[in-house]
Amino acid sequence: MIQVNRRNSFSRIITLCAAFLLTLSTSLFSQIDASTGDAEAGKSLFNTNCAACHKLYKNMTGPSLFGVVQKYEEDYEWLGKWIRNSTALIATGDARANAIFEEYNQTAMNTFEGLSDADISNILAYTNEEPPVIIDEGPGDDSTVEPGVSNNIILAILGLVLLLLVAVLFLVNNTLKKFAQAQGIEIAEEETGKSIWKAFVENQFLVLVSVIFLLLGSAYFAYGWMSQVGVDQGYAPVQPIHYSHRIHAGDNQIECKYCHSSARVSKTSGIPSLNICMNCHKSISEVAGREAGDNSSVNEDYSKEFYDKEIQKLYKAVGWDEATQSYTGETQAVEWVRIHNLPDFAYFNHSQHVSVAGIECQKCHGPVEEMEIMEQFAPLTMGWCINCHRETNVNLEGNEYYEKIHEQLSKKYGVEKLTAAQMGGLECGKCHY
Amino acid sequence: MKNIFKIAIVSIAIVSLISCQEDTKPNYQYMPNMYESVGYETYGQYEIFDNVTGGSEAMLPAEGSVARGWMPYEIENNNDGYAFAKANLVNPLPYSEESVAEGKELYEIYCGICHGTKGDGQGTLAKREKILGIPAYNDAGRAITEGSIYHVMYYGINSMGSYASQMTEDELWMVDHYVMSLKDKLDGKEARAFDVVEAVVEAELHTEEEHHDAGGHGVEGDAGENHGAEH
Repeated sequence: MIQVNRRNSFSRIITLCAAFLLTLSTSLFSQIDASTGDAEAGKSLFNTNCAACHKLYKNMTGPSLFGVVQKYEEDYEWLGKWIRNSTALIATGDARANAIFEEYNQTAMNTFEGLSDADISNILAYTNEEPPVIIDEGPGDDSTVEPGVSNNIILAILGLVLLLLVAVLFLVNNTLKKFAQAQGIEIAEEETGKSIWKAFVENQFLVLVSVIFLLLGSAYFAYGWMSQVGVDQGYAPVQPIHYSHRIHAGDNQIECKYCHSSARVSKTSGIPSLNICMNCHKSISEVAGREAGDNSSVNEDYSKEFYDKEIQKLYKAVGWDEATQSYTGETQAVEWVRIHNLPDFAYFNHSQHVSVAGIECQKCHGPVEEMEIMEQFAPLTMGWCINCHRETNVNLEGNEYYEKIHEQLSKKYGVEKLTAAQMGGLECGKCHY
Repeated sequence: MKNIFKIAIVSIAIVSLISCQEDTKPNYQYMPNMYESVGYETYGQYEIFDNVTGGSEAMLPAEGSVARGWMPYEIENNNDGYAFAKANLVNPLPYSEESVAEGKELYEIYCGICHGTKGDGQGTLAKREKILGIPAYNDAGRAITEGSIYHVMYYGINSMGSYASQMTEDELWMVDHYVMSLKDKLDGKEARAFDVVEAVVEAELHTEEEHHDAGGHGVEGDAGENHGAEH
């Protein structure tokens, strides 16, 4: 009896345990619940999995996801199905799923079978986060503006003080002279001054020497002035859209050839058409403000608001409607002002320098990645071209085209590496024809 | 006193002349008709185009024209097209060392900035949180193939734009090869062996070159040009 009793209780415990475990496991299984999720963990999951197509507070490829749980009345089962495999859900003929599919231009959402219930709960918890209240940046702005204004004021005050000093000295001088005249004192200075000039004029050697120096000096300045005619070094025109090379090529390290792709293969380096801007700016509709820390590119002179306006200019020109995330078809040409322009009589080919010679863009265009406003760095004069041709060795690596001629010419000149000049880079006909 | 006055006027004039040289305007030119092209310059503004483009020399190609280096791509830009390309489209270029190397170079210009140099979705723009949610190439939900990569590069998908304007057809396929090699690496698979076909072509070319040499052909190395045409 005792044994039987024991067995009974043992099996009972086992069944109880099993039942308990079963309920526990089922309760763990299909339980997606935003209220139990961890928003912090959800944020990183959201950024890696969802952010390609969804933003929290703005429509993107897909709808904005803030408050998505409330939107679907906390129907976690449905949400889970949709997130894991929306295509399958649409195929079952679910009315709600099909409505969304149609609303967003039949864009198929990727499957996320790998996400666990906890993951989805975390993500949904993150989508419940209220948008951060934008703190009034008034004081911050003031502090940035103040030094500039006060500097100007100080300068103006200094200028005024100087002008006043000059005026005072002039008045003092005048009144002193009047006093002197009134008291009958003669001023003897004039005579000595005259005698110096007279002595100078009478000394013919001195006059000759000073005339020669004067002529040499003016010739020097005239030469300098004339040789800058037609040279646009430092030319930095105002462009229709303020495009910052500092942010794009510097901070974000985008390759020059990403936008100027024809520099690889064509004569001109090419101004990127707006579709290339939209490759990134479809997702980037505003500049990260100061709160982004190291990832922010704004500074005292150029604020977030300023840059955001420039992005809006791009959207207007390319006809991008942010609200519907689609192109309206109403486009405007952006009339960029050309900076680097060689005269018609000089031939220059980008692809030859970029692809064949493998020269860095910065060699001719300067530290573009630091330029907020693009300017012409090199003088682009013939002397400047030729100088580089004399100094630069021909890039032969992996270029069979040059092998033979290099062999012959290096023997002829008795050098190991040929410069561009020795390959004919100084011949008139190479650039002028 | 008068002298000082004159000197002051002259120096003010000089200073104002120098300071008036604005950086926002181009410098004046000596005999500008030597500088300005008779032909239409790239991106030039000309009256003759006023009614066409509003004056700009740059314009869209005539409708139906096929760009050099391109063949018409007939798969449509929709979900069915994507599925079709994913299943059926194959890379026409041989998987050779050169094409993968060139693909790598192009990849690092055009793709690496978002997708990362390893293809793990950790490019500079992703790390700086400018563009988020870039998947790694071995993402199971997407399961990319040669065909789907090409299709997406050609048309773009969701937030990603089309790259057909920056590269030619062949260049896209080279990048395609390189992306597949990155995917294999992420999956921990062994690197795919390079196709042998190319090597045979190379060998043939080299023997040809030798023949040219024996014949004593030109200095400029026309064999090199042949080589280029072969690709």
